[in-house]
Amino acid sequence: MSESSDSLTEPTRTQKSLLAQLEIDTRLLGMIGAFIVLCLIFNFLTDGRFLTPRNIFNLTIQTVSVAVMATGMVFVIVTRNIDLSVGSLLATCSAMMATVQTLVAPEWLGLELGSPMIAPLAIIVGLATGIIIGSFHGWLVGYLTIPAFIVTLGGLFVWRNVAWHLTGGQTIGPLDLNFQTFGGINGTLGVTGSWIFGVIAVAIALYGLYSGRRAKVRHGFPVKPVWAEVVIAGIVAIAILGFVAILNAYEIPERRLARMFEARGEVMPEGFTTGYGIPYSVLILIVVAVVMTVVAQRMRLGRYIFAFGGNPEAAQLSGIRTRELTVKVFAIVGVLCAISAIVASARQTFHSNDIGTLDELRVIAAAVIGGTALSGGIGTIYGAILGALIMQSLQSGMAMVGVDAPYQNIVVGIVLVLAVYVDILYRRRTGS
Amino acid sequence: MASDIDRSGTPLVEMRDMQKSFGGIRAVDHVNIDLYPGEVVGVLGHNGAGKSVLMKMLSGALPRDAGEIYINGELAEINNPRDARRYNIETIYQYLALADNLDAASNLFLGRELVTPLGLVDDAAMEAETRKIMGRLTPNFRRYNTPVAGLSGGQRQSVAISRAVYFNAKILIMDEPTAALGVEETRMVAELIDELKAQGIGILLIDHDIHQVMNLCDRASVMKNGKLVGTVNVADVTDDDLLGMIILGKKPERLAA
Repeated sequence: MSESSDSLTEPTRTQKSLLAQLEIDTRLLGMIGAFIVLCLIFNFLTDGRFLTPRNIFNLTIQTVSVAVMATGMVFVIVTRNIDLSVGSLLATCSAMMATVQTLVAPEWLGLELGSPMIAPLAIIVGLATGIIIGSFHGWLVGYLTIPAFIVTLGGLFVWRNVAWHLTGGQTIGPLDLNFQTFGGINGTLGVTGSWIFGVIAVAIALYGLYSGRRAKVRHGFPVKPVWAEVVIAGIVAIAILGFVAILNAYEIPERRLARMFEARGEVMPEGFTTGYGIPYSVLILIVVAVVMTVVAQRMRLGRYIFAFGGNPEAAQLSGIRTRELTVKVFAIVGVLCAISAIVASARQTFHSNDIGTLDELRVIAAAVIGGTALSGGIGTIYGAILGALIMQSLQSGMAMVGVDAPYQNIVVGIVLVLAVYVDILYRRRTGS
Repeated sequence: MASDIDRSGTPLVEMRDMQKSFGGIRAVDHVNIDLYPGEVVGVLGHNGAGKSVLMKMLSGALPRDAGEIYINGELAEINNPRDARRYNIETIYQYLALADNLDAASNLFLGRELVTPLGLVDDAAMEAETRKIMGRLTPNFRRYNTPVAGLSGGQRQSVAISRAVYFNAKILIMDEPTAALGVEETRMVAELIDELKAQGIGILLIDHDIHQVMNLCDRASVMKNGKLVGTVNVADVTDDDLLGMIILGKKPERLAA
């Protein structure tokens, strides 16, 4: 099938640009560009303190909780709904898990302090809490047809205060030490583990590119030139390994290292140094991102979510069980809130009443900055994660520069509105 | 164009005593309609006469209050669109029921995706199938990778028609299939109807255009205020007879006997 044709049967095509040949999403490119500019500005304003391994490490672990929930928010918004209760749901999941760790496990079940059973038990309870509450929201929205805005606005009040009730309003901590490893700095892969992970990730990414091309060739579809594939593969590999290298470059402080050796009953060799590597919490985010992307792009569930967002009636007439679909979407968000609750409470090493406060707004903002359209049907998982990263960079960057918190919020608010406006302009120009 | 249809055997579809009310209004009131293989039956009437509601009960989009549907003489249980699809009933809707944000292949296979052995949707295979079937209906179509929002009315309609053809429709419901189309595209749909007819597919055609009905249909069933005015052989009536049935709700006297 030839691409060019002089006859009148086909509209004339414009010359393909370099970017078009690479088939890179220009929208993604724009977001990455904005993010890099942002980082460079802060790096300049902080005399190079912003782009240090240490700060990048902190930035990534601060982003995880919101980013995980934002991937679920994409599905909710794509199906023309909204979820205002994610922060409160996170608090309830966190309270349940904290209660399991400090009350249920030691006192009711008689588990010893530090037992390896405590963390898994708490996590299972947390995930169950999330999925049950999420499904309940979905049932109210899908089957009882109460608007999602109202259901989750109610949820915002209810679950915040159910969390308060569960803990009697107290801060609960310290949490189980194994549980704390999911918080970030207290649990990392280490230098060698991180490199192994990086290499495996590169291999999987390259295989993905290869098998995608092979499928196209098999059906005789046009494929991009080989040099374009190589360029993209190179960029992907460098990005993954570069990220690993940066996280590995953040060295564990000497005294902390010494304590770690002591705990194992060993003596630290003279002059020994090592890096943190990839935190477990970031691994969780990566796994969530991959799974959610597969769901969105390669599974029927995702196809139906987007079809429903594009035209709910068409989806229903195509035999899609739309009410069930709504329940599933909210259940997914519930699970993701529970995962975020694990990361967030482990990071602060205790459960507090205000955990996750205002997260619903950050999560919605991240999804929207990432290109999710509130009118439904449009949104990407990677966009939402990048959106969360941009928001977090903006906030911690301003904090490092010394901008007071109220002014930070003013800027974040303005950026949110501006980002959506730029997105509207972009869509108008590209006609998509 | 009414050819001789053999109506001695079992009808492909028989809807008996169909009823549906909305808040005290009888949208469909004791209606009987049948359809034979290779036949096109026009369903006519004003807006609000109950044509679309009747068809939606057959396609499973609306549950019926009462009545029975027989497919090939056997009682059929149709309560949702999935049931209708099991009986090879396909519908092409008036407002082009496509998800605008998805591409042609995703729409064509919506709800019936081809999957890989791992259970993941096989986009490449679906696109290949779509290229085959769409290539037959609209040879110039190239925009397989753009959302259907960017397609013309005719191209969108081809997606809907391709869906019906691909999944071996035996019974095809067309709800004003040419309402959104231009002259050339309307002609294309008319040709297609003849082709499908020749393959023994039964077609129920909802249309406002009397002229079109006279051209395409073998029989016409006219509805008014939810009731069936009557079913006539198109060859036996004139445009005016049909108009009279639609407007006055009366069968022409010479046919009433």
